[in-house]
Amino acid sequence: MRKAFLTKLSALAADERIVLLTGDLGYTVIEDFASRWPERFYNAGVAEQNMLGMAAGLAEAGFIPFVYSIATFASMRAYEILRNGAILNDLPIRIIAIGQGFDYGPAGATHHALEDLALMRVQPRVRVISPSDDAQSVSALDATWDLRSPVYYRLAKDPSAAIPGLDGRFDASRVEMIRDGSDVLLLATGSLASEAIDAAEILSLQGIEAAVGIVASIKPLPADDLQRVITSYRTVVTIEEHYVHGGFGSAVCELAASAGLGARIVTCGVGDRITGCGSRSHLRALHGLTAGGIAARIQSALSA
Amino acid sequence: MKEIAGNYVRQVVIELSRRARVGHIGSALSVADLLAVLYGRVARIASPGDPDRDRVILSKGHAAAALYAVLHARGWISAEELETFCGDDSTLGVHPDISATGVDFATGSLGIGLSLGVGSALAARLSRSSRRTFVLMSDAECNEGSVWEAAMFAAQHRLSSLTAIIDFNGMQALGPTQDILDQSNIAERWRAFGWHADEIDGHDEHAIQRALVAAAQAPAPVVVIARTRLGKGVSFMEGQLASHYWPLSDAQAEQALRELSTCTPS
Repeated sequence: MRKAFLTKLSALAADERIVLLTGDLGYTVIEDFASRWPERFYNAGVAEQNMLGMAAGLAEAGFIPFVYSIATFASMRAYEILRNGAILNDLPIRIIAIGQGFDYGPAGATHHALEDLALMRVQPRVRVISPSDDAQSVSALDATWDLRSPVYYRLAKDPSAAIPGLDGRFDASRVEMIRDGSDVLLLATGSLASEAIDAAEILSLQGIEAAVGIVASIKPLPADDLQRVITSYRTVVTIEEHYVHGGFGSAVCELAASAGLGARIVTCGVGDRITGCGSRSHLRALHGLTAGGIAARIQSALSA
Repeated sequence: MKEIAGNYVRQVVIELSRRARVGHIGSALSVADLLAVLYGRVARIASPGDPDRDRVILSKGHAAAALYAVLHARGWISAEELETFCGDDSTLGVHPDISATGVDFATGSLGIGLSLGVGSALAARLSRSSRRTFVLMSDAECNEGSVWEAAMFAAQHRLSSLTAIIDFNGMQALGPTQDILDQSNIAERWRAFGWHADEIDGHDEHAIQRALVAAAQAPAPVVVIARTRLGKGVSFMEGQLASHYWPLSDAQAEQALRELSTCTPS
C-alpha cells in the first residue's frame, strides 16, 4: 500500500507546494519522489520531533509537507509537537504512518501500531484515514492531499490485494457496502477488511448472512451513512487491527450510543495486553483477528 | 520602522500583569530589550499579513506579555485589545496564540519553536525569499532534546536565514540553571553542533542590534546568546526566582513603574 501511495504522491508533487520529509525511513519507496523532486525531499534523520515541528513551519509559509515514518513513531514520538505545532496553529501537514497494527509483526511491540487511531482522532481538525487496499489509499490521497486540515494516513506496509467490490472507492462520507446480508453487519477498517469478507463467507456456510461495510475515514466518521446502515441490524461487529479501546470500534460505539441506535456493538481488535513477536498472520490469529477468529466471535455473540 | 525602548516594553508588561494578576513577569522583563530591538530595528515586517515578512517565533511563550507590548508599539495590537490581556475570550493569553494580530506561531510548550523556525527557514529557501526567521528561546528550553534535533538539521542544511536568540538569564522554574542542568559552556555546545555563536549583553540595545544584523551575513545558522537578568529593570525582581511566579500587588507595580520611568534606558 505504501508503495502505491508514494507513487501517487510523487505524481501529485508536480504541485510545487508538496514537500516530503522522512524520519530516515522508507527504503525502496521514497526513492522515486527523492529523485524526481530532490529540492523538495528532506531526510530529517532519526528525529521525529524536529520533523513534525519543521513541517508546521513549512506549512505556515504555504507548503504542504508530508512526513513519513513508521506509524508508532509518526503518531507518538512527536505527539505533543503535532498538537502544539500544526494543530494549534491550524496548519495543513500530512502524516504518512506506515504499518497498520501488526504489519511489522516480527519487529515486536515497539513497532505494532495499536493506538494511533485513538490518539489521532481525539485531536481537533485532524482527519484520520485508514484505507483497505492500495487503490483506496491512492483515491484517499487524491481526495485529501490539498485539504485545509491536517491528515493522518494509516497505511499498510506491503502491497494489499484489491478488496473485491471496493474498486478503490474513497468517500469520507460513505460506508462502502461490499457484501449484503441480513443477520449481522460487519464494519471493517484497514487491510483487515479482507479477513472480514472471509469471515462472512465462513458464517454463510453456517447459515448466518453477514453484510460487510468498509469505513476508511475514521475521523470524521461517515456518521449519517453509518446510522442509516446500522439501523437495520440488531448486532454490529467492528473489526480493526488496533486496541479495542479508543479506535474505530470505540468511535462506532460513541456514534451508536449518542444516536440512540439499539444495536449491540461487538468490537474485534486487540485486547488490553502487551503484544509480542511474530508474523502478522500469527499475531492476527493470536488476537482473534483472522477470518476464523472473527467468525467464531460472531457466532458466539449471536448465540449468547 | 519605529524604534521601541526596552523600558517602554517593561512598563507595558507591569501594567498588563497588574491588571490581570498573573506571573511570568521576570521572564518578560528579561527579554524586553531583545524584543524591542528585534521589532523596532531589525525584523522586516511591512505588515503582519505580508507573506514575505520576516518570521519571529517566541519559543519561550511565557514571555508573551513583552511580545504584546512590542506588537502594540508597532500598531498591530490596539490599546483596547491590550486591556483584555488574560480575560475571557481574549486573543492575548499568558502564552501567545495566532488569534492575536502579529503572532506568527502559537507557542507555550518549550522546545518546539526552533523546529518551527527550521521549517520556516526551509520554506524561505524553497521560495527563493530572502526573509529571515528569528526564534527567541530561553536557556532552560535548551534542556529539551528536540532543540538539538532542530539544531542538527539547521546546521546540516546551512539554514543561514535562521537566527536563534537565547535569553540566557540563568534561572529556570526551580532555581539557577547551573544547579539543574548546567549550560555554562552553552556557546561551545552550539558551535559543536555547527552553528555560529555570538555572546552579547542582552540588555545592550546596540550590541543586540549589531549581533542580529551581523547574523544575516553568516554562512550558517547563528545563535545569539544574550546574557540577561531575570526581572531586569525592577530592583526587587532582578535575579529573583519568585518573579517567575508572582503577580504584583498595586504597591509593587507602582514602585516598579517608578523605577522604570526614572532609570535611563540601558
